[in-house]
Amino acid sequence: MRAGQYAGHDAVVSKGWWAAHKWLLLRRVSQLGILGLFLLGPWFGVWIVEGSLASSLTLEWLPLTDPYLLLQMLLSGGRPMQVAWIGAAIVVVFYLLVGGRAYCAWVCPVNIITDAAAWLNRRLGFKSTANFSRSTRYWILALTLLLALLTGSLAWELVNPVSSVYRALVFGIGSAWLLLVALFLFDAFVSRRGWCGHLCPVGAFYSLLGKASVVRISAVARARCNDCMDCFEVCPEPQVIRPALKGEASGAGPLILSPNCTNCGRCIDVCSKDVFRIDTRFNNSTNNQFLHKTEVAP
Amino acid sequence: MAGSEVKAVSRRRFLGEVTRTACGVALLGLGVGLYARSAASLPAEAIRPPGALDEEKFLGACIRCGLCVRDCPFDTLRLAELGEQVANGSPYFIAREIPCEMCPDIPCVKACPTGALDHELTNIDDARMGLAVVVDQENCIAFQGLRCEVCFNICPVRGKAITLELRHNLRSGKHALFIPEVHADACTGCGKCEKACILEEAAIKVLPLHLARGKLGKHYRLGWEEKRQAGGSLVAPDREHQYNLPEGMRYDYEGRGLIIDEAAPASPYADDPLETLKRGQEGL
Repeated sequence: MRAGQYAGHDAVVSKGWWAAHKWLLLRRVSQLGILGLFLLGPWFGVWIVEGSLASSLTLEWLPLTDPYLLLQMLLSGGRPMQVAWIGAAIVVVFYLLVGGRAYCAWVCPVNIITDAAAWLNRRLGFKSTANFSRSTRYWILALTLLLALLTGSLAWELVNPVSSVYRALVFGIGSAWLLLVALFLFDAFVSRRGWCGHLCPVGAFYSLLGKASVVRISAVARARCNDCMDCFEVCPEPQVIRPALKGEASGAGPLILSPNCTNCGRCIDVCSKDVFRIDTRFNNSTNNQFLHKTEVAP
Repeated sequence: MAGSEVKAVSRRRFLGEVTRTACGVALLGLGVGLYARSAASLPAEAIRPPGALDEEKFLGACIRCGLCVRDCPFDTLRLAELGEQVANGSPYFIAREIPCEMCPDIPCVKACPTGALDHELTNIDDARMGLAVVVDQENCIAFQGLRCEVCFNICPVRGKAITLELRHNLRSGKHALFIPEVHADACTGCGKCEKACILEEAAIKVLPLHLARGKLGKHYRLGWEEKRQAGGSLVAPDREHQYNLPEGMRYDYEGRGLIIDEAAPASPYADDPLETLKRGQEGL
């Protein structure tokens, strides 16, 4: 990104505003649409979906259960009903296919908040922010499971902002807006992408779930890359791009294989050279397509 | 940062970062763990939905999805929010505000995907959400000798969970007190009595069972119960007591008390008790 220009400027010039925001808009439609489906019932009495992201029932027959919560429940000694198992199985299969962290980008409402915070952080030009290791989230994930085991209750759910906020939105927001503000301020002024990219155990769980997912972003036309850095600027997990985009010399394929890629497609939007596209993991066509490069934290 | 540089991260720095993260996360865990323990003590006025497992198990089984809340047709249930004393996201109701209407099909239990609300509960009368207790006998107007009986009349298991015990009204001398008495074998803890109580602050309240119920020591035996179960007294009958009483007197220990065989001496009271009362009136 050149000085004085925002990330994606070139793409807007070359592709037009709509094409340069296609995936972003689709994602917002998905996030708000899913939230809207949950709100149709309580607000307008149209009960297509009941419940929350923890567990829901669509059209009174399709159960969906958060496997992360189910896992905590199992560790705390609960015995879920069959319907919870079925609901969790459907969710697991879905994210095994589309990429675990697609949940973060396409479903989780906190993403809108943290995206806004990251945007503000970029506009303000805060370069150095509080520095957590990106692996902190896995520590926290382990902690939440350990707490379930030790306390015999879903202890993390007492404080988990992701489920609290969603529940609050669906069941009537109370003090949860404070959490939203706190998350926004934290991401905007303390640590850019601090929550989703470094701490959130839900995202960490889903990243593990999607480790071998089929749907992937591919830097398929990486030869066209003009090093404008726009994709790195907008990517919530920029460390995942480099092995795919710049890995040709070391024989890495063009697929972004890191489980932390959220498949948000923002890199596709902002690239004026159309380097990226949504692809499947079977399409990692280089000479060494089985060479997996480990993720590099910047 | 290319791959070769990554390997150059020194062991010292790596260990340092791991320790730093581990310590931070451990502190977080300590905080959440302690919070979880304090959040496990439910306030007495928060009642769990019918079929809820014991509080300890409930907190492990409830995934806070809110499906029970959604399926409650009377908006009785609500989900605890952050900062409330009830564990965040778990369902409860406050009887004084909206009590449980005891739907025969128990939709909240059916909706629960995890069994935190026990699906074995199919007859709502078997629910034990809590136990109604007449907590304030000094303000319950039935104890003043006034007719109320609202809690008795509103009770969904009318006549079983709450009965009216008639007691003599010592104040007026000629009226009865209609005292509400709760029976734990029939009370579901729905809270309709608490909701309906006419006092500004209810004198009958639904309390969680662990608060509402006393517990007899394990060694305790009720003689008459044991006798009934065994079909006869378990101890050898007492030897008949020998009384050393004046001539013409007996003592009947089976209930009649002191018996005087001789003709009774002249009593200060008339044979007709009404006469006695009238005499008292005249003396005033």
